Amino acid sequence: MTDKRFEGSDTYVATRDLMLAVNAAVTLGRPILIKGEPGTGKTQLAAEIAKVLERPLLQWHIKSTTRAQQGLYEYDAVARLRDSQLGDDRVQDIANYIVPGTLWEAFQADTQPVVLIDEIDKADIEFPNDLLLELDRMEFYVYETRQTVRARHRPIVVITSNNEKELPDAFLRRCFFHYIQFPDTATMEQIVDVHYPGLKKDLLSAALNRFYDVREVPGLKKKPSTSELLDWLKLLLAEDIPAEALKADDKRSCIPPMYGALLKNEQDVQLFERLVFLNRRDAR
Amino acid sequence: MLADFFFSLRDAGLKPSITEYLTLLEALKADQANASVDDFYYLSRATLVKDEALFDRFDRVFGVFFKNIDDALDWDQLEIPLEWLRSQGARLLSEKDRQKIEAMGGWEQLLEEFRKRAEEQEGRHQGGDKWIGTGGTSPYGHDGYHPEGIRVGGKSRHRRAVKVWEKREFRNLDSQREIGTRNLKLALRRLRRFAREGAADQLDLDGTIDATARNAGYLDLKMVPERHNAVKVLLCLDVGGSMNPHVRLCEQLFSAARAEFKHLEYYYFHNCVYENLWRDNRHRRTELIPTAEVLHKYGPDYKLIFVGDASMSPYELAYAGGSVEHWNDEPGALWLKRLLNTYAKAIWLNPEPEQHWRYTQSVGMVRELLEDRMYPMTLQGLDAGIRQLQ
Repeated sequence: MTDKRFEGSDTYVATRDLMLAVNAAVTLGRPILIKGEPGTGKTQLAAEIAKVLERPLLQWHIKSTTRAQQGLYEYDAVARLRDSQLGDDRVQDIANYIVPGTLWEAFQADTQPVVLIDEIDKADIEFPNDLLLELDRMEFYVYETRQTVRARHRPIVVITSNNEKELPDAFLRRCFFHYIQFPDTATMEQIVDVHYPGLKKDLLSAALNRFYDVREVPGLKKKPSTSELLDWLKLLLAEDIPAEALKADDKRSCIPPMYGALLKNEQDVQLFERLVFLNRRDAR
Repeated sequence: MLADFFFSLRDAGLKPSITEYLTLLEALKADQANASVDDFYYLSRATLVKDEALFDRFDRVFGVFFKNIDDALDWDQLEIPLEWLRSQGARLLSEKDRQKIEAMGGWEQLLEEFRKRAEEQEGRHQGGDKWIGTGGTSPYGHDGYHPEGIRVGGKSRHRRAVKVWEKREFRNLDSQREIGTRNLKLALRRLRRFAREGAADQLDLDGTIDATARNAGYLDLKMVPERHNAVKVLLCLDVGGSMNPHVRLCEQLFSAARAEFKHLEYYYFHNCVYENLWRDNRHRRTELIPTAEVLHKYGPDYKLIFVGDASMSPYELAYAGGSVEHWNDEPGALWLKRLLNTYAKAIWLNPEPEQHWRYTQSVGMVRELLEDRMYPMTLQGLDAGIRQLQ
């Protein structure tokens, strides 16, 4: 158990509910499932927990072809076959060809590690079910060597999901759950402040206004998120764009500079340009 | 007391399990709530609710359940002066209506009833900050007792700071929710048929051992292509008219099917398939695709799934020119037969409940054409249908 509590860091702003959920999950040794819009810092969270609690971070990024077994271990049959051809002595012991996966590594770590299972919804629909026992009891059985791998310290497991697939109830029941909401203006100012300290007040407020305006545009396929805002601010700073350029008389009558950082989809850009055009025509 | 809270959550349609409840107790024991109601709210939400779409419902139950603790929230603060009501009523209501109200037990009773109704309404539709107008309490008279309605709920009611759960920040998510596609997906999974196609990039262990043994013990690696789901599905959806009430269900099926199959082709029709189908409902008049082309394009290895209520005029199936939308040279039944002749594996999913089928003549006709391969669009029906397709 750790005495330290997670309360955000100098590079990550955590809301009260997030802190509470993380701390409860850490204390009870349960996995925590994080959902939220893309770009709200789900993946970042695991890194920050590891940093604040001073724990090693192990990452397991899930793809559509990932199987649960790969997180535990894999049996390298090809290497064994090759060694048998070469007459290597290692071939006698099957344990030499068992390659541990991320969870095995985590279970064997000397200090309690933070394990990130990133984008669990990308995998096959049965994937979470295959990990139930492993995450519940924090142990698994290796058939090839007939040994049971048990966690020395229950790792802090952070699981992120983008909601592409629904997760099974049995899996959800074992997790704490937190939904990262899109930050309100006050939180957003804090977040920006953490990333770009000393940003000019007027530039920030003008940029934030424009940003929330763009988010309000109905029918956008992909609303810009926090990470896009941060990129955009970086561009604005690099190009040294004055705050006045962001403050149009009628906010909707011109396209914000460097909008490419905010809108990532050509249909969205077109939609936005069309709206701006309509607004301008109405203004006349 | 927490057990009561747990059961009121279950009553509200949330499904927290006993394990989750025990987790919450464990967390409380570990002193995670810091003796604060706000923290308890966050903690119980993180342990008991696992879907952000249900957060709003949780907020409502939490609000109702913990209002005793907070004591301030009470309907006493919903002040509607009886005198005012009486005078307004006298001015606005007809004699008949007034008699009706007296018959219901008088003004006091009415007000009491209204309070109850309002509370109920807050529980049922998130409508606490809507104007409860004349329509909402229509049993009390045609014109109601206040033409502008009474503002109930929200911040104006309680003279205190709004609590977190009363902000109801997750209200939007509740209405956008998409239920149960997981179940549909699981049913559709049965249809999967794996096949190895494409580049050989995986080790074939059995093949390698076999080949190595034949090769007098010298390693002979064999590779196979990766397994892919090779099932091909042609989905024809009925849109418009009588299908409108089932749009939601169809959307769910569609989104589930889309995620599950690599080869999913979909087309729309109205009531019955004729010589043209379309892929985009907005351009259904302009971008038509001849059915003959569809028949030609997709081979007989496709599995055909119709989704529709099959409720139409019998003429649409039986006669040329029977279509409600256009002049069709050939009857719908002929086109259905053509499709069925090409695709041996075909089913019809009907969102109408099975017990209503026999009241519509056209349903019977379609069933006959499909040789009884019509299934209700429930999980069970889908399961049976998929089995038929295998």
